[in-house]
Amino acid sequence: MRDLVTDFIVNHPLLPILAGLAALMALMLSASGEAGLVIAVPRLVLAALALAGGAAFCLWRSEWAILASAASAHLTAWFLIESLAQLAGAAGAGFWALTIGAWLMAWYLAERLSALEPASAGARRIVNIAVPVLFGVWLLVLWELIVRGAGVPWVLLPPPSQVGVRFAASLDILAADFRQTFMKAVLIGYALGCGAGFVVAVLVDRTPFLRRGLLPVGNMVSALPIIGVAPIMVMWFGFDWPSKAAVVVIMTFFPMLVNTVAGLAAAGKMERDLMHTYAAGYWQSLIKLRLPAALPFIFNALKINSTLALIGAIVAEFFGTPIVGMGFRISTEVGRMNIDMVWAEIAVAALAGSLFYGLVSVIERALTFWHPSYRS
Amino acid sequence: MLETPTGGDEALTAVTGAADNQVIAIDNLSLTFQTADGPVHALSDIDLTIGKGEFVSLIGPSGCGKTTLLRVIADLEQPTTGTLLVDGVSPHRARLARAYGYVFQAPALYPWRTIARNVALPLEIMGLSRAERTERVARNLDLVNLAGFERKFPWQLSGGMQQRASIARALAVEPDLLLMDEPFGALDEIVRDHLNEQLLQLWAKTNKTVVFVTHSIPEAVFLSTRIVVMSPRPGRVYDVIDCDLPATRTLDTRETPEFLAIAHRVREGLRAGHSYDD
Repeated sequence: MRDLVTDFIVNHPLLPILAGLAALMALMLSASGEAGLVIAVPRLVLAALALAGGAAFCLWRSEWAILASAASAHLTAWFLIESLAQLAGAAGAGFWALTIGAWLMAWYLAERLSALEPASAGARRIVNIAVPVLFGVWLLVLWELIVRGAGVPWVLLPPPSQVGVRFAASLDILAADFRQTFMKAVLIGYALGCGAGFVVAVLVDRTPFLRRGLLPVGNMVSALPIIGVAPIMVMWFGFDWPSKAAVVVIMTFFPMLVNTVAGLAAAGKMERDLMHTYAAGYWQSLIKLRLPAALPFIFNALKINSTLALIGAIVAEFFGTPIVGMGFRISTEVGRMNIDMVWAEIAVAALAGSLFYGLVSVIERALTFWHPSYRS
Repeated sequence: MLETPTGGDEALTAVTGAADNQVIAIDNLSLTFQTADGPVHALSDIDLTIGKGEFVSLIGPSGCGKTTLLRVIADLEQPTTGTLLVDGVSPHRARLARAYGYVFQAPALYPWRTIARNVALPLEIMGLSRAERTERVARNLDLVNLAGFERKFPWQLSGGMQQRASIARALAVEPDLLLMDEPFGALDEIVRDHLNEQLLQLWAKTNKTVVFVTHSIPEAVFLSTRIVVMSPRPGRVYDVIDCDLPATRTLDTRETPEFLAIAHRVREGLRAGHSYDD
């Protein structure tokens, strides 16, 4: 059941028609004040031809529209980026018309790809990956075209190409920061925080007085503002990574505690009675029934904590640190107006956070395959 | 009224003395639940003995305490007064000795375990060797016609197959006593008829004592050697009916006059015992 708008876009060549019109219109508009009309800039002419040609092909042979729109959208984008060397900061209406046309063509491509329902599992997986990749790539393409075409100051927003250049030139610094922040503070803090939360949850579950006494204290710990705690941790554990790991422990402990306590109560009454009829002991019930039943809850906490840990470690580095670390780099490079370096660190953090989250999700799927949300 | 503790002990000795043939001996048993709305008399003055090899059905409308009575036998609920012996010992000791297998209303299979490992669950808890477990799992899955489904997960099987797997799991403990709480209540009638036939064959093959809770009259008459009719508020035994149909029963048995006569008596008992004031 696709909605009407999507249906219309997929079945009618509205987007390619608009893209083709934008291409034809662009040929009559200006490229920039200096370079004159679009027809005077060879790369923009090529871009317009690629766009118009792709649109025409989409109308002519609808069954080949995916390949045609893919080739056309990306060729156009390529020529537009190439033309920026000449037009940077002063792009005219023709340039923007072509940019919009290329974006319409990419949109059409994404819609057509999403509408595909391939029979084989392998092809389905490729489509499932291709759509978000396409989305991400075009986000970067438009970012590049707009920032450089309109001449946005790099202090406000550097183009992705500049971030990429900076990234490649600073690999050693980024790697050292990654080791300091992620491999030490995040991973060690995460393991300690989640581990402690789990153990305390089992204890809380076992002993009623802890449930009444410790759970409210845990609530309080979770409400502690990290900004206030981080400097105190630096005083206690020093400038190096242990103080950041301590902040991560405080941030990750409580979600794990609450989720595991809830998970240990998740096993059904009948399933518990069953264990009772077998005269099973506490540990047997725990290991064979209650922990497996709690796994979806535990993984929920592990996923929440995978992102919390990274945030905690980076923010904690703002409050005193040796001269290495992702948070340290972000705070100092902002001060030096090296915004491209800040973006490079953000890229590392985003990449590391996503991979970490993805890894936890993969393990979750392998261990809770039986849960109704994953059953196939 | 004049009964002293000594008198109670004598009665207890009398029960154990005759225990050779008695698997369950219930004497003057009552159970009252304390709820926010005041006490609820779930069971009142129950007297019942069940002999070895019997198939006894507890039948009655909902709220008559038939499931509660089964749970008391299984040591899942504690009686307020009265005595109850299972295999001549208290239900608590009988449970620790794994004297019975319990089949619940729902299969209650663990979704993260395959069918084979679900059946092996009680055996793991009992600490049996791997070889013994494998052998018992194979034998009992075969008994309920589930051979070949060892590696499936419960949610890949139909409701009837899941309930058969849960029966295999109860049988794998190799108890002499099987307690079944409306095991087929959630299944459609065709599957239910089929499983009833299979259960009878199983009972004939293994010669176990079965206590079976149901609210279906045909099911009770078809399966049982004795039917205990219960009535609600307070839960009590209204009638005990011998069900002396021939040992080999098929679905056609249900059309015979003998079957219909017993079913009629059960229905009369249910009607008389049920208060229609509400």
